[in-house]
Amino acid sequence: MDLFDIIGPVMIGPSSSHTAGAARIGLTARMILGEDVIKADVGFHGSFAKTWKGHGTDRAIASGLLGFGVDDPRMREALVYAQRASMDISFHTVSIRGAHPNTVLLNISGTTGRTLNMQAASIGGGNIHVTSLDGLPVDFTGTENTMIIQHHDEPGVIAVVTSCLAGARINIATMQVYRHKQGGTAVMILELDAVPGPDTLHIIRQEPGVKSVHFLHRRLV
Amino acid sequence: MDFTLKEWVQLAGQKPLSEAAWMAQAEESGSHRDEVWKRMLSMLRHMQEAVKDGLRAELHSVSGLAGGQADKLYMRYTAGKALCGNLVGKAIAYALATAESNACMGKIVAAPTAGACGILPGAVLAYMEERNVSEEVAVNALFTAAAVGISIATQASIAGAEGGCQAECGAAAAMTAAALVEMEGGSAQMCVEAAAFAIMNLLGLVCDPVAGLVEVPCVYRNVGASGIAFTAADMVLSGIRCPIDPDEVIQAMKEVGDALPGALRETGEGGCAACPCMVMAYKA
Repeated sequence: MDLFDIIGPVMIGPSSSHTAGAARIGLTARMILGEDVIKADVGFHGSFAKTWKGHGTDRAIASGLLGFGVDDPRMREALVYAQRASMDISFHTVSIRGAHPNTVLLNISGTTGRTLNMQAASIGGGNIHVTSLDGLPVDFTGTENTMIIQHHDEPGVIAVVTSCLAGARINIATMQVYRHKQGGTAVMILELDAVPGPDTLHIIRQEPGVKSVHFLHRRLV
Repeated sequence: MDFTLKEWVQLAGQKPLSEAAWMAQAEESGSHRDEVWKRMLSMLRHMQEAVKDGLRAELHSVSGLAGGQADKLYMRYTAGKALCGNLVGKAIAYALATAESNACMGKIVAAPTAGACGILPGAVLAYMEERNVSEEVAVNALFTAAAVGISIATQASIAGAEGGCQAECGAAAAMTAAALVEMEGGSAQMCVEAAAFAIMNLLGLVCDPVAGLVEVPCVYRNVGASGIAFTAADMVLSGIRCPIDPDEVIQAMKEVGDALPGALRETGEGGCAACPCMVMAYKA
């Protein structure tokens, strides 16, 4: 968190938790999916479940999934834009034990059939906290340069990623690794002090154990 | 950058709090200090635009609950009739204008949130105009406000759903009180004590939006919290010392927020939202 998380973001009203934060959640999900969203199932939990309609939280999520920025005036009419883009989007309420009061559960799929299940909370001031990806617990905010790698749990994958970043002289600020079970699917979340070039991302993608690599540029989401 | 108020004061030393915040931001983001300053200046410009948008008398929210009222306060100020005087009279008109623009899906700067977005710009812009100070003074005041805001966000909360309205309008009033003290030439210690006074006077404020919308009472609370910020600043500038450690006031705010029942934390189920006339007219 920095000073411009407090004075900022510049955003469309009426609520930083309900519009800016929700739009940022949508945008983050879209970037992790890595392609245009064609179907989205949106579950609202807690306070979100009670007030999403009046705050236009549905429009904000749709706006983010469409790739609009948090200060894009098109947010008001995002459901119309979603329809025009043939995005099939539906909203309902969910109850998630122990989740933050402003939590969203997203199930989205993209143009090539890629899918993503993401749980995130809008924690105030337009800031977000992603708490689960495809059923694995994670913990990141997108306020740092964040690399998300979905991979197989097998020896050497982490070494390839870290040595590749070392080769590019990119420092790792934080690193988290989660897996479903030994030898199963896993996810690595790396917060980086610099932005990796396309070559670096390409080399990591070539690694046989790696399923997907996505990068969230600090402040683009 | 998750400094406590005490740490901010230590970091500032003999310098203004704004300078400590500015330098810390430049270091944290790895950006040149001029770039950071320009970014804050652009926030000030967006704030000016939002005031302009919100002063339009024809402005109305989708629900019809909010909009078009700031113009009335502004007319009272221009007529020289505001009981609060010209400075505060203008500050509250600007605060309401910004908050109404937000309710009507206008483009605003969260400070620290959208629901509380009117308090800081209202006071800083009115001060800038009424006291004829430069944009530089106003931008510095925003840095000071942001430093206070980050201490509150990291030690307590700035989300109404977590901490009630004290977390939103309370935090904004604290930031604004500090900004006003800085513009008056007060020390970093004085800034954080003014912030503490503002929180103290808004402690326990509930989040009870009618129909769950950021409209009633939210836009009018921006006006009230603006008044609290000015009184907090005046106390400190008069030489009154805050008897409680400012960081402990923030911790008290966190404890009070945690103790608030769910009905009073943005769910639209208690307080003003539960008033029968509102429930009948605007079912959440």
